[in-house]
Amino acid sequence: MAVIASHLLASAPPPPGVMVSARIVSPGYWRSVGHRLVRDRLAMFCAAVLVLLVLAAIFAPWVAPADPFKASMLKRLLPVGSPGYWLGSDELGRDLLSRLIYGGRLSLAMGIVPVAAAFLIGTSIGVAAGFIGGKTNMAVMRTLDVFYAFPSVLLAVAISGAMGPGLSNTLLALTIVFIPQIARVAESVTTQVTQLEYIDAARMSGATSLTIIRLQVLGNVLGPVFVYATGLISVCMILASGLSFLGLGVRPPEAEWGLMLNTLRAAIFNNPVVAALPGVMIFITSVCFNMLADGIRSAMDLKR
Amino acid sequence: MLAYFLRRLTYTIPIALGVTLLSFLLVYIAPGDPLNAIAPADAPADVVAALKVSYGLDKPMPVQYGLWLKRALQGDLGVSIASGRAVRSDVFAAVKNTLILATFAALLGMVGGVVLGAVAGNRIGSWADRAASGFSVLGVSVPHYWLGLVLTIIFSVWLGWLPAMGAGPGSSADGGNGWQWDWAHLRHLILPGVTLCVIPMGIVTRTVRALVAETLQQEFVTALWARGLSRFAVFRHVAKNTLPTILAVSGLQLGYLMGGSILIETVFAWPGTGFLLNTAIFQRDIPLLQGTILVLCLFFVALNLLVDVLQPLIDPRMRRA
Repeated sequence: MAVIASHLLASAPPPPGVMVSARIVSPGYWRSVGHRLVRDRLAMFCAAVLVLLVLAAIFAPWVAPADPFKASMLKRLLPVGSPGYWLGSDELGRDLLSRLIYGGRLSLAMGIVPVAAAFLIGTSIGVAAGFIGGKTNMAVMRTLDVFYAFPSVLLAVAISGAMGPGLSNTLLALTIVFIPQIARVAESVTTQVTQLEYIDAARMSGATSLTIIRLQVLGNVLGPVFVYATGLISVCMILASGLSFLGLGVRPPEAEWGLMLNTLRAAIFNNPVVAALPGVMIFITSVCFNMLADGIRSAMDLKR
Repeated sequence: MLAYFLRRLTYTIPIALGVTLLSFLLVYIAPGDPLNAIAPADAPADVVAALKVSYGLDKPMPVQYGLWLKRALQGDLGVSIASGRAVRSDVFAAVKNTLILATFAALLGMVGGVVLGAVAGNRIGSWADRAASGFSVLGVSVPHYWLGLVLTIIFSVWLGWLPAMGAGPGSSADGGNGWQWDWAHLRHLILPGVTLCVIPMGIVTRTVRALVAETLQQEFVTALWARGLSRFAVFRHVAKNTLPTILAVSGLQLGYLMGGSILIETVFAWPGTGFLLNTAIFQRDIPLLQGTILVLCLFFVALNLLVDVLQPLIDPRMRRA
């Protein structure tokens, strides 16, 4: 792969939160990133927690001790540690532990799917705009700036609020929120890369634009954009659960951490510990995603 | 300088127009005919037709946008479907309450973040740095609506020290003007303010830590030490170098808080824009939704502009650029 001169990459300031580091891309680059990541104990611990949560969510029917939808009017709001209800029960007498395990399915998916979709779309837009350059680039980026003028929470609430509650609307709204941010990062890196001499060399050798993008541009762009996107997952999870908490995301009786937090809100006087538990799950997951993203970021930054 | 301001201003106008267009289009991404949101389902056909004309919905979309924009520029944001009041009066009362909450939280977050970040950046790798960095990760990772619930449980339910809801006497759900700067009202501000300040504090801590650490590594700082300057004098130079960026980052946080307070306002029943948005969404009150979002976003755009204009005034390096 290509060798990037550090002073060229450093010429334009990268967008906030992104480290376009001076790095030498060699065949062993990803390998050394992997090595450094594995040695980062905190990041590995967080990765392990996340793997556990994901596995528990995938195999929920086998892991969960009870049916998460089976209500019992007699066993409402049991405290933590009740026999048969290890983490208590919710306002309809459903087993909270089972609901937390099942809730991971929607909550994790709602954190990851919009970012993944925005990663695909945003990178495509950003790379295309940056590669074409000129007026097209200006037009695309100025249009995206309009979305940037909305604070993310407000944009998500506005779109999903106008479209109405529901899982697919929430996913769509969140994807729209993250596309401009990812596109901006992709565009800024692409613009820097396309000014380098080896792109001219490739062009002169007769390579088509698509070939240049595939072979020369993407290899440089995907790394920083990927790091940026991993950092967004925790934001996305908090936003998604927040929308459900407002009543805009998934609908009852679905198990989702934000929604559970919402429906248990009335119980903070009777059973505060149980009412706070779904939030603990969101918190743990989001901290782990953030720590892991930080770990990946510093593993990819060979300067240090 | 003047050229810079003018350029910045001409750059802002299309963005502001884009924001108005997006707010306008919210009606169209709402499911169903916009008329359904205005007229009851069993309204007679002639009433529906009359409503259609009076709202301008019989005209093509660009014309509708033009009319809507013209009225919005004149300060007429339409009439709320749910309450029948002018959207403008509702929105402005709510914006005032949100601004009180967001400013309080932004100030808390900024002061806390600058102190933590400066301490951490001064000694990278020390226990103080690790504590501050850990805190900032927790700050940006915590679902703040949950934090609000937890603080309510601790300080309202268990200890009974602070009120859990509302904005004090005289404030009503539809944006009452009862706010006063006395203890009876301020005590209502503490829990939502502290909850809301956690995110900006985390972000400001991160930024200041990186900035201070980077500035301390620069050669001029070594030169200052070599010249035998006191700790305080060196600190003054570092502060002067980092201040413009810190102010810019913190300034934008206020904007994010204005938009992001919706969840916290719901948790604490704070009578601000978040509360208004909630009402608008669940009563399908599209004019109210449009108006609130428009005002909040224009505020954010204006804040961006203000930060950009203030930057070169406090940072001479930017004047040369």
